[in-house]
Amino acid sequence: MMLDVQGLRAGYGRIPILNGVGFSVNEGEFIGVLGHNGMGKTTLLRALMGFLPASSGRVQFAGQDLTALEPYRRARLGLGYVPQGREIFPSLSAYDNLRMGCCKQPGADENETIATVLAEFPRLKTLLDRPGSALSGGEQQLLAIARCLCGKPRLVLLDEPTEGIQPSIIDEIVETLQRLRDDGGLTMILVEQNLDFIAAMSQRILVIQKGSITQEVKPDDLHNASLVGEFVGITA
Amino acid sequence: MDLVALLAIQVLYAIASLALISVGLAIIFGMMRVINLAHGEFLMLGGYAAIVATSHGISIWLSMLVVAPIVVGIIGVIVERTIIRFLYGRMIDTMLATWGLSLFLVGLTTAIFGNTTVGISAPLGSFQIGDYRTSAYTLFVIAVAAAVLGTIFAVMRWTRLGLIARGTMQNANMAAALGVNPPRVYAVTFGAGAALSGLAGAVLAPVSGVFPTIGVAYVAKSFITVIGGGAAVLSGTISASALFGTINQIATFVTTPVFGEVALLAAAIVLIRLLPQGITGRFFRRGL
Repeated sequence: MMLDVQGLRAGYGRIPILNGVGFSVNEGEFIGVLGHNGMGKTTLLRALMGFLPASSGRVQFAGQDLTALEPYRRARLGLGYVPQGREIFPSLSAYDNLRMGCCKQPGADENETIATVLAEFPRLKTLLDRPGSALSGGEQQLLAIARCLCGKPRLVLLDEPTEGIQPSIIDEIVETLQRLRDDGGLTMILVEQNLDFIAAMSQRILVIQKGSITQEVKPDDLHNASLVGEFVGITA
Repeated sequence: MDLVALLAIQVLYAIASLALISVGLAIIFGMMRVINLAHGEFLMLGGYAAIVATSHGISIWLSMLVVAPIVVGIIGVIVERTIIRFLYGRMIDTMLATWGLSLFLVGLTTAIFGNTTVGISAPLGSFQIGDYRTSAYTLFVIAVAAAVLGTIFAVMRWTRLGLIARGTMQNANMAAALGVNPPRVYAVTFGAGAALSGLAGAVLAPVSGVFPTIGVAYVAKSFITVIGGGAAVLSGTISASALFGTINQIATFVTTPVFGEVALLAAAIVLIRLLPQGITGRFFRRGL
């Protein structure tokens, strides 16, 4: 088992958001997390990454207890994070953003790592000199995923990659991620509201409601509109 | 012609000394957004470090260029770890704390060295330009400023350390998610800014002498230069120093040094009125 979460509670200040989340992820799995706005999807990823302290519960990653570790230590242990809103370094060039992604491996040759990752993201190759802030939303999203992969993560936490992105790039993101999934070696937790996207990417889908996982569904179930309405409160 | 050459050297010297006293603050304030009111005292400590080291038989070059930045850099890291790190994002509290630190350092050095000006004679003699003589040390200060700015550019542009510092200052949480330890980056960056201030204080010590309250003379000019320069550390420092240094020196040449200072301050007021974000808020925006 790669990730095991038990009874995780976390929140902002005294406002609880996660009320005892429990699930586990096997190596090589792509897991979707589906839920309404405000149900705690982003909070879950932020808590897994260590930006929000857990008030109780436990997070284990590859047999190691992460619960009390700072974000940078979790990152060095192999967690990769692509946050909502992408968080590209605005005044670093696209290439320097990728170099930041290589920080976890001080020994590795960063040019080589970046070249390997860029082979999967041909669209970025012509944009490398531009400052991150000059890229379009879709280009930034590709860059954020590529930057995460430069750190050679074992488990990627991907937060709403389709939010505000033009459809052509969404297709590109799906193809790229499916290719990476099929090549193996990558595990992913994907938070999404785009049903087609989450169905295309995930092997299992966890439904989060009011801060806890209430249901697990199969990707095919998402094509059944009434079921989705019942589970998630989202109309497809 | 000789006079023009002499004036050119003096203008360059004014620019270089402004850039030297400001660049450490540009890193601490411009990059880290910490208003360090003890900046002048970092310069003062650099001067004393060089003087004490010289009086213990260390060569003056080594004292100024190596001992002073190391000593003040270490002091900077200690200050960051014990005071500043609790106050990130709390600007008023930071100002209060660093002001207190400034008073403390002034008091401490007064107690140790006394309230007198300690001199250190400038090495290098003078040289002749036509009918005029001028100190060769002037050229040394210009060279040090150029070397410092060049080194900062190289570190920021080409090294992993510079990249990590720039990325962390832009978005510390994202940097942490990529495996960077932000508290360490903050401590190192603050220490680097302090070390550069120590170097500047030491290099200027033979020109101005050193006394416990000399920081007051430096701190206002440094802040004016950094704010006039705007957000970009390097291009901001260079452009603002060039502008203010030139105005100061030409006004000094035409009238008196007092009016030179007045002209500098007046220029700063006009500049901030026209460009509230500083020079690099409008020009050279993509510079470092």
